[in-house]
Order: sequence, then structure tokens, then C-alpha cells
Amino acid sequence: MATTDLRTGGLERHGLSDQQLRDIFRNMLLQRQLDNRGFQLNRQGKVPFALGSEGHEALQAGAAMAFNRGSDILAPYYRDLGLCLGIGLSPYEIMLSIFARAEDHNGGRQFPNHYSSKQAGLMSFSSILAAHLPHAVGAAYALKYRGDDGRAVLATCGDGTTSEGEWHESMNFAAVHKLPFVMLVENNEWAISTPLEKQMAQPEIWKRAEGYGMPGCRFNGFDPIETYAAVKNAMDRARSGGGPSLIEGTCYRYLAHSTDDNDMTYRTREEVSERRKHDPVPAFEAVLLERGIVTPQDVAAMRKDVLRETNEATDAAEALPYPKAEDLYTHVYEGAWQPWQS
Amino acid sequence: MAVVSSTSSTVMNNVEAVRATLYEAMRNDDRTIILGEDVGARGNVFLITKDFIGEFGEARVIDTPIAEASIVGIAVGMAMEGLRPIAEIQFADFIYPSFNQIVGEAAKIRYRSNGEYTCPLVIRTPYGGGVRGALSHSVSIEALFYHVPGLKIVAPSFPDDVKGLLNSAIDDPDPVLFLEHKKTYRLIKGEVPDGHYTIPLGKARVRKAGAQLTVVSYGLYVHWAIEAAERLEKEGLSVEVIDLRSIRPMDKTAILDSVRKTRKLLIVHEDNKFGGVGAEIGAMVAEEALFDLDAPIRRLAAPDVPAMGYALPLEEEYMSSPAKMAETMREMVKF
Ligand SMILES: Cc1ncc(C[n+]2csc(CCOP(=O)(O)OP(=O)(O)O)c2C)c(N)n1
Repeated sequence: MATTDLRTGGLERHGLSDQQLRDIFRNMLLQRQLDNRGFQLNRQGKVPFALGSEGHEALQAGAAMAFNRGSDILAPYYRDLGLCLGIGLSPYEIMLSIFARAEDHNGGRQFPNHYSSKQAGLMSFSSILAAHLPHAVGAAYALKYRGDDGRAVLATCGDGTTSEGEWHESMNFAAVHKLPFVMLVENNEWAISTPLEKQMAQPEIWKRAEGYGMPGCRFNGFDPIETYAAVKNAMDRARSGGGPSLIEGTCYRYLAHSTDDNDMTYRTREEVSERRKHDPVPAFEAVLLERGIVTPQDVAAMRKDVLRETNEATDAAEALPYPKAEDLYTHVYEGAWQPWQS
Repeated sequence: MAVVSSTSSTVMNNVEAVRATLYEAMRNDDRTIILGEDVGARGNVFLITKDFIGEFGEARVIDTPIAEASIVGIAVGMAMEGLRPIAEIQFADFIYPSFNQIVGEAAKIRYRSNGEYTCPLVIRTPYGGGVRGALSHSVSIEALFYHVPGLKIVAPSFPDDVKGLLNSAIDDPDPVLFLEHKKTYRLIKGEVPDGHYTIPLGKARVRKAGAQLTVVSYGLYVHWAIEAAERLEKEGLSVEVIDLRSIRPMDKTAILDSVRKTRKLLIVHEDNKFGGVGAEIGAMVAEEALFDLDAPIRRLAAPDVPAMGYALPLEEEYMSSPAKMAETMREMVKF
């Protein structure tokens, strides 16, 4: 895949309209705002835990633009805030998850960032790395089996997760059955404190595609348009019966793994600030300004709007109650099953 | 027995009952998909699904790669997306790679999504010993899964139950682990009602009525317990044998009703004794009916060694037998 140079006037749009480009940028701003809010709320002692996706904004906002709402299925992982926003989850729903409120899709049962919405085509997933990938493949099998043409499953994970057996098993099965399945790896170079070189001897993850018998590519995940093009190609291929692909977006994780992690125990401040120079949010802003797709006033208004939306979502979710204690006992089985049936 | 739509019946063994039930399920609902190792062209190692692939096609009878975690995991995804997969683990001994998909995923999907997603999945697997299967083709796995809310576990002993319970498992909106004792596959024959019928999960069946001792069991050992009880009957001793059929949910009422009548309880199972199903039943009866008992609760189960051996004396020492059961029953009745 050719690298799109965003800065030198070589901006290929890959069919994206001005409005779509602005939507991608707004998603990136919103993602960063909500991310920061989660960490803030944790420091204020209001929530016990938060995860961040800073550095993944371009990758996720671009990927979400290639998702067909109401038709495709998303099997994400816990770092996919921007992807989930981009396919239709609202900031309010995100905050319900962070605050573990009763109104949350999961009823306050799952860790934050484990979004789920049947209506949005967002599959429920657990914290067990790679366990969601066979589910995504099973869903892709169901689409193909029913002849649901034009639909595909987009699954994501981090670089570290590609070491799991279920990752390999999923790729293999998807390839054997030529399923409408796209494996998008978000390579941020770290898996908590474990760097790529301890995770794998051959760090070009996309190259494994050949071994499974499917196409693959690597793209610059700091570039939302390049990401969009790569994901769209793979999804279109899957939707039209062409089978699965393995695509890898390179990015970086700017924050610690979670609010429970101190990344200075395994990497240096210099490394992080060096990578900050390529921060995709200001970079994409500069491109949009340069191309005249937004004005400085537009950007200011967007930032203000995103902050307002985040504040409103925070206040609205915070004001809601937790689930009731007796909600612990529901949805174990259908109906009111007890472990001892009389 | 629920909803028997026919008064006629056919004599079948357990493996034929599994086959007939799967066949009907495949014919009746095209959301039903069978997946597992060698289930297609060969029709699984016990030939249960032989000829299915010809009739239902490769898309519905999937010969999977040898990868148990994904056999179950893919079935979970199919179920979440509206299909009705029946996954097969070739032998229960090979289920461990899929442990997380069963325990960590399938059993929790309804709960973790607050009811938004469900996982109507059946996992069938042959288990158990007495077939010279050595360490790796003989295990009982129920206790490892029995601990897990969100999962149901069924272990029928008779062919009529195989059909009724497998139909219920397939209809069930939650994941069901369906354990088939492989020694009973061809050994045990019986009348199986024709037509479609279901037996509710969680209902035990009194397979032999008696007055002086309650024996609770499941799987192959139900047959041996009945044989032992019949021997005692000739000695004038009366033993009641309860076939649990479902291990979870479990029929607490049937156990307590019987224990309150006979005042003595023996639990027999093939799985290891420590932390086994018998431990749970014993604790439950001690909590609920201690003062109705006239003797200590006893368990006859496998010794706490990792597995039965291949050599015949090692297999026989590990397993119980009608003779061992009769001896324990006699001691308990006379206590
Ligand atoms: C099966 C399993 N093992 C370990 C963990 C603990 N864990 C949570 S996140 C993580 C790192 C994942 O790294 P990667 O896949 O690269 O994704 P990233 O967090 O970097 O986006 C680990 C080891 C887990 N959740 N599940």
C-alpha cells in the first residue's frame, strides 16, 4: 500500500468527502477528550479504573469510517474507544461504561471500555485477550452461511495479542472458509511492559497473512486516510466474497497501559516524547487546515463542542444510579434459573 | 417425559440415539450446524454423523482444523449471531484447550452483556473409562465445569434420555455441555420413543425404587448401581437408584425426597472423589437434611490419582464395579 503523504499536497481522499474528513477529525478530538476524562475521573477518585487510547485516534477514526453501520459487525478490544464512537456509540454510552451505571449495555458488569451494543453490531467481548477472535470468525461464518452478501466482520486486537493461540486458530479457520472477516491489528509497539521484540521474532505482523493464505498489508495508523483506505479495501473484499485479510496499522500508545500502570517502569520519557512529535491529532488538524477543509474557527468550535459533549455525558452518567445489588442475580441463564433446580 | 408425540418406539443403543437426535435436529432447523474434528466425511470417530455431510452439505457439517479453542470459540460466535451450533470435542480428554472458551466466554456471555447477547450452544463430547482408553481417552470432566454458573451439564445413561435431553440441550437458550459416556454407546440399548420429544434439563429420574438406601449417580455408573441394587434385592435389601441425568442444574428435590424416605445416602461417580460432584451433593444434603439421616453420607468415586491406567488392573482399580458398589450398599443398609 502506497503511503499517502499528508503534508506535501499528495493528499489522496480515497473518495472521502469534506464532511467525512471533518467527522474523522471530530471523532479524534472526542476520543482524546473522553480518554482524558477517564483518567481525570480516576485521579479524582470517582472511578476505579480507566484505559486510554491516545495515539490510536487516527487509526480508529479512519477504520470506523470504513465500517457500514447497520450491516457490518465489529468485534473490538478494550482500546477501541474511537472505533466504537465512530460506528455509532455515544459519549453518554461511553460514560455509562466508565461509571458502571445500571443503564450501561453491560449493566455495569464489565470493566470500562468493554462496550457492547447489539443494535450497533458491536459484539460483547471479555478481557481475555484473543478470546473474541473466534467469536468474530463464527459471526463471519454465520453471515456467509446465511448468504448475507455485502456484510463483513471487522475484528481488532493489539500486537501482543497476536501471540495467542486463538489468534492463530481464528486466522486459519477464516482463511480455510474464505470468510468475510478482517483482522485489524493495532500495533502500538507495547503490550503493557513487553515490547515487540520480546513478543515475536518477526515483527512485521502483516506478513503472517501469507502463511494463512490471505492477503495482508501494513499501513501508517497515524494517518486516518491511509487507514481508511486499507480497512475499506479489506472490508470491501470481504463484503464481496473475496475472503479474509490481515491488516496492520502502526501507531503508538502515549499513555500508560491503564490507570493502574506506570509506563516509566519500562520505557523512558524521552521515547514517549520523541513519539509525541508525530501525534496524529495535531498532524491531521494541520492537514485539514492546509487543505482548507477546516478553518481555525471551525477547529476551535469543534473543540468547544467536543468538550461540551463530554461534560454533558459525564454529568448525565454520573448522576445515574449503580445497578441494584439484586441485579447480581439476573441473566445467569434465561429466566430465573437457580443452580439447584427443584 | 414431556411432549411425546408418538406412542411407538424403536430399540436403539446410546450412539444410535445421539445420531437419530442430531439427524432430526439438522432436518428440522437449518440454523443447526455441526462442527468438529472428522465429523464430516468419516462421520466422527464413532460414525455418529456418518452420511450427514452428503445430506446436509459441507457448510452445515464442518470438518474443522484440529484446534479445540476455536472449535468452541467459533461456535460461540455462530450462536451469538443467531445460528444453533452443535460443537463436538472428539474426546472429552481434548477439551482442555477450549476450557476458556467454555468457562470464560460461553458461560458468561448472557451475564456479561446483561442479557443483550445469548449463547445457545451445545458442546457434545464422549467421556469416561472402562474401554481401555488409558490416560487420555478415559477422563471424566464434569467437576471441572460443574463449578461454573451459566453453563449446564447433562450426562444421560439410557437411550430414551439421550434423545429427550439432547433435544432439550439443542433447544436450550444457554450453553450446554452434553457428556456421552462412551462405554454406554453400544453397550446400553433400550426403547426410544419415535418422533420429537424433550426431557426438561434438571430433572432426575428414579430408575429403581427402594426403601433402605438412596444411591445417586449418573452416566455408566447408573447401570452398575442398578445391577448392584438388583443383587441386594435378592438378599432382601431394598435400594433406590436415582439417575441425575442433569448434573447442573441438579434435581435437589428428587435427592432430598428420596433421602428423607430411605434416611441413607450413597453417591457413586467415576470422576475423582476430591471436589467431585459427590462432594457437592453430600454438602447439600448435610445442609438440608442432616437430621433425617441414619448413617454418614458416603461417596464411592475414583481415587485421587491423575488418571486410570491402560493396563487392565490399573483401570479396574481406578473404576468402581457392580461388586464394589454392592459391597458398599450392603454395609450402608446394615449400618
Ligand atoms: C489471556 C490474557 N492474558 C493476559 C492478559 C493481561 N493483559 C491485559 S492487556 C495486556 C497487553 C495486551 O497488549 P496488546 O495486545 O499489544 O494490546 P495493547 O494493550 O498494547 O493495545 C495483557 C498482557 C489478559 N487480559 N488476557
